[in-house]
Amino acid sequence: MTTTVHPTGTDSPRPSSGRRSPLSAIAHLRELPVLLALVALILVTWLINPLFLAPQGVKDILLNATIVIILAAGQAIVIITRNVDLSVGSILGLVAFGTGSLFVAVPGIPIIVVILAGMLFGAVLGAINGLLVTLAKVPALVITLGTLYIFRGLNNAWAGGTQFFADDRPQEFGNLSVDTVLGFPLITLIAIVVVVIVAVFMSGTRSGRDLYAIGSDPDAARVFGVPVTRRVLFAFVTNGVLAGLAGVLYTSRFNSVGATTGTGLELDVVAAAVVGGVAIFGGSGSVIGAALGALLLTTITGALTAVRVDKFWQQAIVGLLILAAIVIDRIAAVRTARRLRVSESRDV
Amino acid sequence: MATDHEASARTPALSLTGAVKAFGPVIALADGTIEILPGEIHALVGENGAGKSTLVKILAGLHHPDAGDFRVDGEPIAFRSVADSKAAGISVIYQEPTLFPDLTVAENIFIGRQPRGRSGLISRAEMRAGARELFSRLGVPIDPDRSAEGLSIADQQIIEIAKAISLDAKVLVMDEPTAALSGVEVDRLFAVARSLRDRGAGILFISHRFDEVFALCDRITVMRDGRYVATLETSSVTVDEIVREMVGRDIDQLFPKEPAQIGDPVLTVRGLSRAGVFADIDLDVRAGEIVALAGLVGAGRTEVARAVFGIDRYDTGTVELNGRAYTAGDPQAAIDAGVGFVPEDRRKQGLVMDLSVGRNATLTLRSALARFGIISSARERRAAEKWTKTLQVKTGSQEYAVSTLSGGNQQKVVLAKWLATEPRLLIIDEPTRGIDVGTKAEVHRLISSLAARGIAILMISSELPEVLGMADRVLVMHEGRIAAEIDRADATPEAVMHAATASMEGSK
Repeated sequence: MTTTVHPTGTDSPRPSSGRRSPLSAIAHLRELPVLLALVALILVTWLINPLFLAPQGVKDILLNATIVIILAAGQAIVIITRNVDLSVGSILGLVAFGTGSLFVAVPGIPIIVVILAGMLFGAVLGAINGLLVTLAKVPALVITLGTLYIFRGLNNAWAGGTQFFADDRPQEFGNLSVDTVLGFPLITLIAIVVVVIVAVFMSGTRSGRDLYAIGSDPDAARVFGVPVTRRVLFAFVTNGVLAGLAGVLYTSRFNSVGATTGTGLELDVVAAAVVGGVAIFGGSGSVIGAALGALLLTTITGALTAVRVDKFWQQAIVGLLILAAIVIDRIAAVRTARRLRVSESRDV
Repeated sequence: MATDHEASARTPALSLTGAVKAFGPVIALADGTIEILPGEIHALVGENGAGKSTLVKILAGLHHPDAGDFRVDGEPIAFRSVADSKAAGISVIYQEPTLFPDLTVAENIFIGRQPRGRSGLISRAEMRAGARELFSRLGVPIDPDRSAEGLSIADQQIIEIAKAISLDAKVLVMDEPTAALSGVEVDRLFAVARSLRDRGAGILFISHRFDEVFALCDRITVMRDGRYVATLETSSVTVDEIVREMVGRDIDQLFPKEPAQIGDPVLTVRGLSRAGVFADIDLDVRAGEIVALAGLVGAGRTEVARAVFGIDRYDTGTVELNGRAYTAGDPQAAIDAGVGFVPEDRRKQGLVMDLSVGRNATLTLRSALARFGIISSARERRAAEKWTKTLQVKTGSQEYAVSTLSGGNQQKVVLAKWLATEPRLLIIDEPTRGIDVGTKAEVHRLISSLAARGIAILMISSELPEVLGMADRVLVMHEGRIAAEIDRADATPEAVMHAATASMEGSK
């Protein structure tokens, strides 16, 4: 789902205004394939089953996508730095259980305080990942696989058999996942705001661009003087904050939270980011793409259900999408490498 | 030490005196000394391992010297990071440009200090305009919006230079910038370098090509064995004098070469080429003969060896062993034909560090030792013992992990592994890299005795004394081609250095 090949060579005519034509800018968007796939999927499903786009159906898909969208946005930040965080499902679980406990322990606690507490909790867990990765210099895959189990283990020890149900929480908190504005559930609106903020940060600030540089070539970044350690730590902490937010919203959305909340979610999240055009080796892709990837995967599940396709096939199709995204990325990379080798061989 | 009166009157843009840098017990730089004046192009020359790269990394803020005096504009300074060096006005362009392939060209120039608009966010339009202005000053048509991926090395270097200009660098360090450039591209680079000098920048130019050094540079500093040797005015020295300063040492008698009966050609290579890597390689190695492949790092020596052994493919040419060709691009075919390959990087390519000495020594023999596909450990032990004894590998037990041995003994295990296959040709890449002096002589004795048994040996070495002491014949490579073939009798440090740097006087 990526377009790394840039047809605009050194000798192509350039617009004199110093700005690309909007059309060519759109054609170069890495997110374009996933966006087209999403639109096509919705159209086809709607033709087969018009009920698919009924207000309730749309709301369900958005609600289901919200948690993964926030997680995928955070994961994109980490993957762009050529790292990965597999512990997000466990972070979400811990924070969700913490949220349930907090409502019980402090009756009448303001919702905004709970949200901030959840994000802070997530930040601490993300910082543990980030510190381990940057200080121990062990690949993030291994570190976060370890913390996946550690955090889950803590969750099990803390929760035991306890579960918190919707009744334990104030009505307004649950309503975040029920009330809508212009058809969008409130928690979805929160997710959209988050994605926009993170997207602007990633594309419009110097530290955001540093994250791309680090993922593109970590050694070059170090040689160049980019504060690699600090930036990578920041990426993990931000991802933790977002996973914490997702944990709080999860508690609003779903009836019960307990020891196993969020188990296995990390794979959906990494899949969403990859399908959304975030290169697994870092350096390219966007938060918007990852969010669209999450929306696409959720929509596929909804669409296949709407056209009555077996659940087994739904997973196989998600798998195919991931493979397609990676294969397209590799083909583009190999092609560029070949071009490079030919252009270098002139003088020998 | 010679600086003329005019020069010494100016404050150096940068001066480093007596810098020392050690990595554990290895002293990479014993006396790093360089002085760059504003408005001069200063060359730094020396053999491989003379300490040039370490010195450059100190200037770049990547390494922190253990001792020495470092001044910028006459003020003492100590860099703690690359950012410090950059803030002091030093820009370094490495041989391998360090661009970010996924980012656009404009962003590569301005990364970390992108122009910001009124909103506080990065202004892409301003960044693009800035890049375009830099390129028009440099006279190159590069699209600022394209990604850096796929750019030629020459264009990548131009982008690094654009970066340095936009940083307003006082000192520009170029580490072998011309190594991958064609003639036109070199001219373009030189024109840019001269115009920067005329604007008052000091440039440190590191190159192995003397024609370039003499065409471009005002002064030349020579390093040898991690030490400063001399700084000379380009106008008052010759290439010969520079080469003498570079090699200026006696060849120690560390290399006990046994006389060997030289027989028929074992390896015959004709017209071997691989686009962009090496071209038109002809070489013969006869039974009992040690042929050294000399040249600078990056000249293509290892690549030729890898192609002969089948690790890499080649585009055209023939490789024959005892007059018979074997399948290209297939190491197993090469091994079956009787080729052994001792790679440069023992730890990564030559040994399985966590396996036992015995296992490693018999790795190449697995199928010969197996009965019905299962390896008998008794036979394995016997085979391992035979060779580790012959080579006097010092290990407490065959069962010890190879990683517990010293570098020299590890190298012997690699040799044992190949000798067990009874090769007719043994290719050895940097036989004594990272091996202490005492064991070095032992490895040399071993190699020499292998030749005496009639094995043809192709040795790649960057150490001149080793090349001159061991080889019956020296083939010198330069930029992917064989630049000279020198017999043992004629092989002097000067002759090899001249050919390796392709300077006029020395090559045949």
